[in-house]
This record gives sequence, structure tokens and C-alpha cells, in this order.
Amino acid sequence: MSNDITWLTFFVLSVFVGIEVISKVSSTLHTPLMSGANAIHGVILLGAVLVAGDAEGFALVVALVAIVLAAVNMVGGFLVTDRMLQMFSRKPARREVQR
Amino acid sequence: MTSTSDLVEASELALPTWAQLVFLLCAVGFILALKGLSGPRTARVGNLIGAGAAVVACALPFFYADLQNVVWILLAIAVGTAIGTVGAQRVQMTQMPQLVALFNGVGGGAAALVALLELQHFTERGAEVPVAYLVATGFTVLVGSVSFAGSVVTFAKLQELMTSRPVVFPGLPFAFGGAFVAALVVAGVIVGEPVMWAGVVLGVLGLVVGVLLVLPVGGADVPIVISLLNAFTGLTVAAGGYVLQNTVLLVAGTLVGASGTFLTLLMAGAMGRSVPNILFGALKGGSTLGAGEASDRPVRSVGPADVAILLAYAERVIVVPGYGLAVAQAQHTLRELVDLLVARGVRVDYAIHPVAGRMPGHMNVLLAEAQVPYEQLVEMDDINSEFKQTDVVLVVGANDVVNPAARTTPSAPIYGMPILDVDQARQVVFMKRSMRPGFAGIENELLFDPRTTLLFGDAKDSMGKLLAAVKGL
Repeated sequence: MSNDITWLTFFVLSVFVGIEVISKVSSTLHTPLMSGANAIHGVILLGAVLVAGDAEGFALVVALVAIVLAAVNMVGGFLVTDRMLQMFSRKPARREVQR
Repeated sequence: MTSTSDLVEASELALPTWAQLVFLLCAVGFILALKGLSGPRTARVGNLIGAGAAVVACALPFFYADLQNVVWILLAIAVGTAIGTVGAQRVQMTQMPQLVALFNGVGGGAAALVALLELQHFTERGAEVPVAYLVATGFTVLVGSVSFAGSVVTFAKLQELMTSRPVVFPGLPFAFGGAFVAALVVAGVIVGEPVMWAGVVLGVLGLVVGVLLVLPVGGADVPIVISLLNAFTGLTVAAGGYVLQNTVLLVAGTLVGASGTFLTLLMAGAMGRSVPNILFGALKGGSTLGAGEASDRPVRSVGPADVAILLAYAERVIVVPGYGLAVAQAQHTLRELVDLLVARGVRVDYAIHPVAGRMPGHMNVLLAEAQVPYEQLVEMDDINSEFKQTDVVLVVGANDVVNPAARTTPSAPIYGMPILDVDQARQVVFMKRSMRPGFAGIENELLFDPRTTLLFGDAKDSMGKLLAAVKGL
């Protein structure tokens, strides 16, 4: 079971890292951060691909559905986060010139 | 069954060192992505790093694993990519929260399906499956389907496909408790012996729990629930990673689970609420339920022309945008109005409450989209001292975030929530649809203050009239 202890170690350390890296986030960025984190768990696509690579018949159909869902989560998530953050970046020229 | 068809062993055996190292890099990428996303200057780069890491991680199996059905897999990825791309590009910025909810839901659904397929592998292997694997599999199926169903309901609430008010029926606590206990029992069956029917039943029970969990949550609290479900999905992905013995899934899922939980607590704190109160408050007849009743006390209601004069001849104006502005999509008209006032020499700023809009930070996104210059957006802590020297405060579609009851009435559900000190200004103009209280369901004394005037109507409509009136001066 020492293997399982290694996994538990990964898990516990990741919990602390996860909290630590975002602990100083400003409330302005809560929405993009949530959206970006949401996209990151779309990496379950990797799991779906692994499962589909070994499935046949009905199981394959289910696995392909999982791939579609996971890809929507991952690709859509990162794109929409980028769209949101794009709006935060300063526009060099505004449409109307202030007098 | 041959053991080579077993995925757990296959993926473990077939994982070469170089692939493990690349997975490690991807895990680091996800940490850097979250780190980047929490700072304004680094956010965009952080998101790109995360996207890069995710793409590399998902591409890796094609190079190290002996995958069957490659054509089908690529086709499915293409379909998902197309749907995700179209969704992300078509969405209006005001609809952002429900899109995030939907993306989160499908991720949870994918994790649950992956776990079900793993369970099928385990049934072929029989009794030799370690208990820890079965616990993780059951967890993923259950929580993944809770996240899926819960997210679909939050989507329906935010998209206004159903009422955004809390939905409570008499037997709800028992139905919820019953479904939850039944789910635990079925999960116990799976841990005892991996059988497929139990997995499917567990998934269905998860869907029921997910729906019942989110139904009683009021519209204003839905964003916090999205964040919570996001954390749930993260944890299911982590558990799925353990079942598949894949480190990058475990690390990425755990990072999201932990940071998502922390973010949920931060958001709830900014609204002066606790997470249990948000989830179960309505069941206790508690405070998520707005009274929804209009008071018949007298208020001072004026037309757009009067407000236009007030604003145009003021020296200092602060705009407080809120939920109603977002719903009415009046942010572009508001920006035009402010530009016009600035052109007339009025000093105008926007006061941004941390939870203004439909999600924390949402108002910043909406106003940025309407091309409001950055320097006009002032956060609550920086602007609160300036209300004393302000001639007119224009409150557009906000209520709870300017309600002095948060300071003065210990019994109010929002008591203790930091608010914008609008009541210290010389004049306050509320643009409201009706006298109905805000989501907290409490009356705002400020509406009855002699310094307050009200401009009733849909925010976009009133704003248009106000803009025309200022132009005509």
C-alpha cells in the first residue's frame, strides 16, 4: 500500500498548493479565476481519451460522449476565460476622444 | 479476461519515463496558471499557460499509449472543440456565469462517465480490485453526476428558463436526505463488490441529489454554488486521476478542488454569507428567500429630466452599478451617459462593490466590455471615503450593496457585509424597476431618505431617456 501513500501525499500537497497560489486574488478577478479553474478540470479529457482507447461496443460510445463533454469543458473554458481577460487589458485607443 | 485489457495496469506499465516527466511539466503548468490567474497583469498569460499544459497533457496518450479507435477519438475531440469554441465566442458577457456553469457541468458529467467505464473494467477483474480504487470510483460517479445535474439547474436559473427564486416544496429536505443516504448505500455496494447496475443507479441518484441541492438556492447565491460545483468537479477529476493512476489528473483536479473551495469561501465572505446558509437557508425558511413585497411608504419619484439636471450640474458624481444594470444590459448606455457628463466637466467614477453583478468581479467584466476606462472603476475600499464630498450618487440596479442596514440592523441577513457608503452623499438617485427589495429580501431605508430620489423603469429604457435629457440640456 505504500503506493497509495504516495498518492495521498500528492493529494495533500496539491491541496495546500491550490489554496496558496490563489490566496491573494483580488475580488475583481474572482470570475475569470473561477472560469480558468473550471477549464483546468477539463483535462479529464485525458482520462476520457485513455478509456476510449481501450473500449469497444457500447462502452466506446459512452467513452466518446465523455470525450465530447470533456473537450467542450476544456476548449470552451480556456477560450471564454481568454475572452473575459481580453476585456480587462487596456485599450490603447478609445473610440471617443475625451475633451 | 486478459489482464492486458485492463486499463489501470496497461496505463501504468506503458507509461515511459519521458511521458511521466512531461506530465510533471503539465502539472507545474497548472500551478503557474492558477498563480497567474490570481493577478491582474499575469491573468491572461496564466490562462494561456493552463491551456497549453492541458493540450499537451491530452495529446500525450497518442504518443505513448497503444490507443485503439484513434479516428473516433479524434472525431469526438473535434466535435467537442467545435461546440466549446462556438459557445465561448457567441456568448454575451452578461451570460458568462451560466456558460461557466454549463462548462463545469459537462466536465463533471465526463468524469462520471469515465468512472463508470472504469467500474466496468473492475467488474471484469472481480475481487482483486483494491478497495481504495472502488471508493474513488464511487466518489467520482456520485459527485460527478451531482455536479452535472446541479450545474444544469444553475444554468436554467441564470438563463431564466426557470424561476431564479428559491424552489422549495414540503418534502424537499426528506427527498434530499433520502436520495443522499440511498446514494451512500449504493456506493457501499460498489465498494463491497464492483457491479455495473450499482454504478448506474449511483449515477442516477447523483443526478437527483444535484437537482435537489440547487433548487432551493436563490438567484443571487447561484454564483457561489457554481463555484462550489466547480470545486466538486475538480475533486472528481482528482479521484478519477487516482483510479486511472495518472498523476497530472490527480494534481490538476486537486488544485481546482482546493482553490475552488477556497474561492467559494472568499465569495461567500464578500457577500456576508456562509456556505451552509446559502445551500440550506431556504429549507429552514431562512434568509435566501426575498420577501418580494413592495412597501407602500412614500418615496420621492421623479422623471428623467429632473435627474438629468441633477447630474449635469453636479461637480462630483459616483455611479454604483449593480445586478439590475447587468440584467437590463444597460452598461453601454451608461458609459455613453458618463462620457457625456465627463465632457461637460463633471468628475465621474464608478464605485464597484466586490459582489456587484451576477458573480464577484462580474461588473468589472461587463463595464470593461462597454469600454469604460480602467481608471474610472474604483473599488469599494478606495472610494468609500469620497462619498462625503459627492454631489450625486447614481445607483443603477443595485440595492443590497448600498443598504445601510448592513451597518445598523443586526437582525438583517446582510448585517456585517461591507457596503458602499452611499448614504453619506448629498443626493442619491436610485434607478429601479420597482420598490421590490433586493435579493436579501429586506427593505432599504435609504430609499425613504429625504435626500433620495427614485427613477422607476427598466434600467436600459430609463438610461436611454436620461441620456437624451442630458444631451438636450
